[in-house]
Amino acid sequence: MSKLFYMGVGVDVAFQEKRAWIMGAVAILGYAVYLAVVLARSGGGVPLAEVAYIAPLLWTVGGAIAVSIALNIAVAIASPGEADAKDQRDKEIARLGDYTGQSFLVIAAVAALALAMAEADYFWISNAIYLGFVLSAVLGSAVKLAAYRRGFQSW
Amino acid sequence: MVKPTGITNRIRVLRFERAEMTQADLAERIGVTRQTVIAIEKGRYSPSLETAFRIARVFAVPLEQVFQYSDEEGTAP
Repeated sequence: MSKLFYMGVGVDVAFQEKRAWIMGAVAILGYAVYLAVVLARSGGGVPLAEVAYIAPLLWTVGGAIAVSIALNIAVAIASPGEADAKDQRDKEIARLGDYTGQSFLVIAAVAALALAMAEADYFWISNAIYLGFVLSAVLGSAVKLAAYRRGFQSW
Repeated sequence: MVKPTGITNRIRVLRFERAEMTQADLAERIGVTRQTVIAIEKGRYSPSLETAFRIARVFAVPLEQVFQYSDEEGTAP
């Protein structure tokens, strides 16, 4: 566990590992803000499906992209020598993380399909897809971080 | 769960014998990041055959003097 949570002495974090941290953290934060806004709007007795969710959704997605770019630039400035360094191990770990994270995109697509067929409100269809994107990013980041910290064998 | 590997290596010893070559030096010469050299040294990552041969070339030794494989698959010797 200490390996996973950076409690060891002389911890050395690869540039792509920092990027995985940023992606996971920003995805969670963006979705948390979105949830807080939507739940607050339904607080006054408005049914969830009737809440104006589109603007918060677009703003949190746009905000997450902007924050993520800003943090990536900040990390690159902090360690210019390693900026955007990517080797064979980084690529293999990225592939593993993206591949694993993709499972949630498929689940979200199937859920959205089922909701559309059941003629559910647009709110639920949009939110199923949005949640799928968030979970995909979070799972992908978690798998990458675990691979960086605990080890990774490509065979 | 991380799959156990039967591969061990002597990179730390070889670096020591080459006047304490730093991990950064080795990383630069074989074209990977310093963190990947650390992961390889600790057995947390098995490099490709290409990278393995590059490491051996840096130390000017045969591949078997850098990497060893245990008799029993999946167990550290």
